[in-house]
Amino acid sequence: MSATPLKHLSREEMAARLARDIPDGWYVNLGLGLPTLIPNYIPEGREVVFHSENGILGMGPEPSKHAIDTWLINATKQNITLVPGASIFHHADSFAIIRGGHLDLCVLGAYEVAENGDIANWATSANDTLPGVGGAMDLAAGSRQLWALMEHTTKDGRARLVQRCNYPLTASGVVKRVYTNLAVLEITPRGFEVLDIAPGITFDALQARTDARLHVQAKPAARGAAPKKEERAQPNWNPLSIVPKR
Amino acid sequence: MIDKRVKSVGEALAGIKDGSVVLLGGFGVVGQPQELLEGLIETGARDLTIVSNNAGFGSPMLPKLFGTGNVSRLICSFPRPTPPEFEELFKRGRIKLEVVPQGTIAERIRAAASGIPAFYTATSVGTKLGDGKETREFDGRTYVMEHALNADVALIQAWKADRWGNLTYRGAGRNFNPVMAQAAELTIVQTRHIVELGELDPETIVTPGIFVDRVVQVDSADPPPA
Repeated sequence: MSATPLKHLSREEMAARLARDIPDGWYVNLGLGLPTLIPNYIPEGREVVFHSENGILGMGPEPSKHAIDTWLINATKQNITLVPGASIFHHADSFAIIRGGHLDLCVLGAYEVAENGDIANWATSANDTLPGVGGAMDLAAGSRQLWALMEHTTKDGRARLVQRCNYPLTASGVVKRVYTNLAVLEITPRGFEVLDIAPGITFDALQARTDARLHVQAKPAARGAAPKKEERAQPNWNPLSIVPKR
Repeated sequence: MIDKRVKSVGEALAGIKDGSVVLLGGFGVVGQPQELLEGLIETGARDLTIVSNNAGFGSPMLPKLFGTGNVSRLICSFPRPTPPEFEELFKRGRIKLEVVPQGTIAERIRAAASGIPAFYTATSVGTKLGDGKETREFDGRTYVMEHALNADVALIQAWKADRWGNLTYRGAGRNFNPVMAQAAELTIVQTRHIVELGELDPETIVTPGIFVDRVVQVDSADPPPA
């Protein structure tokens, strides 16, 4: 089926939409790609501690060109800074943090997420000769909550939110929420529930771009990360008038 | 008197046998001991298994080691980007690649260090990397069994060391180094600085010297900006 093009959120708007749902005080690991934009959009006044799998809690923003410490890198191997209160530890401790369920949240990019919470984000076919898994499977299996931040469809319009993943799995039954360029969805026992839709997009248009069946949210999300009351009251939540932190 | 200091990289790497399993510290190039790698190439030891988080992209020495043809197996979590030296050998079937989740590599090394032959983890359950592994249920959740990764040699980069082999690290150069230092039969350390015994604050020593066999001081370069 060919759906007409929609105005969708930019990568920055997607990161900002997710960032506003991260509560004060959470310890968060961000996967490669899109999720690395999130720290730029944490609302003022919230203290969120970012973990890097290579042994850092308290990652700060990118360094300025004149103040690079080349001994400090993140999981993507880019130079980073540390915030006051940061700590450095070895790999086995870093993955004890991950595997032991100490992280409140991990946000990963994904090729596909299924309605049963399966995620595929590390290999695009079973025959990849040189796939790299990195810490994705540990993060997906170990974090208290896993959110996916991803484009709703592939560039050629194929759905990424599916009934069952086609690509090799990273972990099964672990994704709690999905933030896309078109919507925010929660994964519940009955499948994808739509929490929010980007401005100007109808439920039917969203369904047309989704392989799995979508459900209207039965009741407001219960957890601390839920949108504020006044936002929930609007059936077609929108604003995205978010000012970046810097 | 205990003195683990040796005078040269060559002396540090003496006696490494063909067929050795070698733990290589570092995440990317940060914390990767380049001079020890160079020395390993010079030993000419063959049929090596290298355990390293990455396949050496951007590394001065790891691709060169692959280029010698002396490595028959790489155990890593993330072989991309892939240096051409590795890719070519891999395509010709001259080197085996074992992709292991990063935390599972770290814990398999920690288990080896701690005398734990195997452990269970939820990582990789239901995935291609968990296929064929023994599983067991605990409290309703399925786990796969993973074996300790025992090694003959660990090549470690430290920042400061003393003659007992006590070590501290610099920045994110710590990564796999402390856990690898604990796990091998022979732990070889290159350090930027050697200090007098007693100079390292006992409260800040990361690797106690009991785990370390040889220490060589090298004026290694800082990692390049990334």
